[in-house]
Amino acid sequence: MRRLRDGQVWRLPQAGRAFVLRFSFVILLTAAFTLMVLGRAEMAAVERLRTAVTDLVAPLLDALSRPVQTVNDVVGEVTGFLALRDENARLLDANARLRRWEMVARRMETENAALRGLLNFKSEPLGAFVSARVVGDSGNAFVRTMLVNAGASAGISKNQAVITGDGLVGRVVELGQRSARILLLTDLNSRIPVVIQSTRQRAILAGDNSSTPVLTLLPENVRVEVGARVVTSGHGGLLPAGLPVGVVTGLDESGYRVRLFADLGRLEYVRVVNWSLPGFSPLAPTAWQPVAEPDAATGPLAGGAAPSEAETP
Amino acid sequence: MNIETDIWPRIESGLRGAVPLTLTAMLVVLVAMPLGVPALGPIMPLFPLMAIFYWVIHRPDRFPYLGTFLIGLFQDVLAGTPMGMSALVLVAVHGAVASQRKFFRGKSFMVVWSGFAVLASGAVALNWVLAMAFYASLASPTPALFQLVLTVALFPCLTWFFRLVRRDLLRPI
Repeated sequence: MRRLRDGQVWRLPQAGRAFVLRFSFVILLTAAFTLMVLGRAEMAAVERLRTAVTDLVAPLLDALSRPVQTVNDVVGEVTGFLALRDENARLLDANARLRRWEMVARRMETENAALRGLLNFKSEPLGAFVSARVVGDSGNAFVRTMLVNAGASAGISKNQAVITGDGLVGRVVELGQRSARILLLTDLNSRIPVVIQSTRQRAILAGDNSSTPVLTLLPENVRVEVGARVVTSGHGGLLPAGLPVGVVTGLDESGYRVRLFADLGRLEYVRVVNWSLPGFSPLAPTAWQPVAEPDAATGPLAGGAAPSEAETP
Repeated sequence: MNIETDIWPRIESGLRGAVPLTLTAMLVVLVAMPLGVPALGPIMPLFPLMAIFYWVIHRPDRFPYLGTFLIGLFQDVLAGTPMGMSALVLVAVHGAVASQRKFFRGKSFMVVWSGFAVLASGAVALNWVLAMAFYASLASPTPALFQLVLTVALFPCLTWFFRLVRRDLLRPI
């Protein structure tokens, strides 16, 4: 027994060991590369493996991140206490301003309701929210994603919009039972249809891994004011229209940059918007149904509710 | 044969032997945790890279290629990077360190640190090329460079910690 423990029995000849080592190096390099290629081809199995592991680790991350958050909260409390006086003055000021806005909003609300009644306008359904805690940061220079502690079992589905009180954060790209991955607006792969609120100019907000995404697909010689508000346009039917996104901060060689309303650097809780146009299911791959389904003919794409993409501003 | 006296030392040495890999996996989790520090996320130091560098030099017997591969996959899952990307980079780093192990053993810390800086630069560059090829687009390499600088800067702290672990937990096996 003792001989076995010392590894005497199992020790391979030196040359053989070197061969096995080199062999496993090459095999594993190839395996990693193959996985990447399969992932690029969006193999379902790779994604399933991924969500399975994420689901397993999410509760652990959840538990681990709580003390960190507690420390952050305590630090926040202390600094908040020190700044109480200034904060109070600021809030009084803001309160006075908001009261005026409230009056305006109430007047507009009644006016809006009356006008909608006149026009028989069919308003968009308001979405329900699922609140979730951010439990994972990507901690990586190449992607901008986040992991939250709620998934399909909480009623979240893929491609839903994720917001904070300030504005849009991103959308759900990967879904497990207890976890979901959010692709932030700043990620290289994020493309969101938006509209400049004042001019109704449509554009696509494209992330490039920097903190300020760029407005792309703007027609040439269209000028956008610095400070213009950018909101979601709702085109494509994936995201609700009118979610606040950010303000235009200026023009550089890649286009107009947008500073996001949501502070992506310190997200703690987010809300996933459970929203869909009734009778309309956009390009989401989950909408695919087998042909044998009896109501396939009256399926989601038969409604004709798709917004006209050919329209030019 | 007395099982009582024979089995516990084996379990103990097995547990001690698993320390390098477990520690590295824990560092992967640490990197993925939201620490509430604004803007730290994209430039989080590459702690797992430091761990692999250290353990492949000092305890290669407790750090097989397969372990590195699985840790890379774990990191890909947590970070949301393409599956296999970190695994590829980390296995490549493992291979590079393993080939230079004899060179690094017993050298002064400055030499080891410089060696690490060169290797980490290579790893970050490889990662950047892989990511850009995968997404078929070009992003600014600035966050990756910051990440590299932080990683190299924090290498002595982690090395000090790993040295303690090696001395206190791994010396007997």
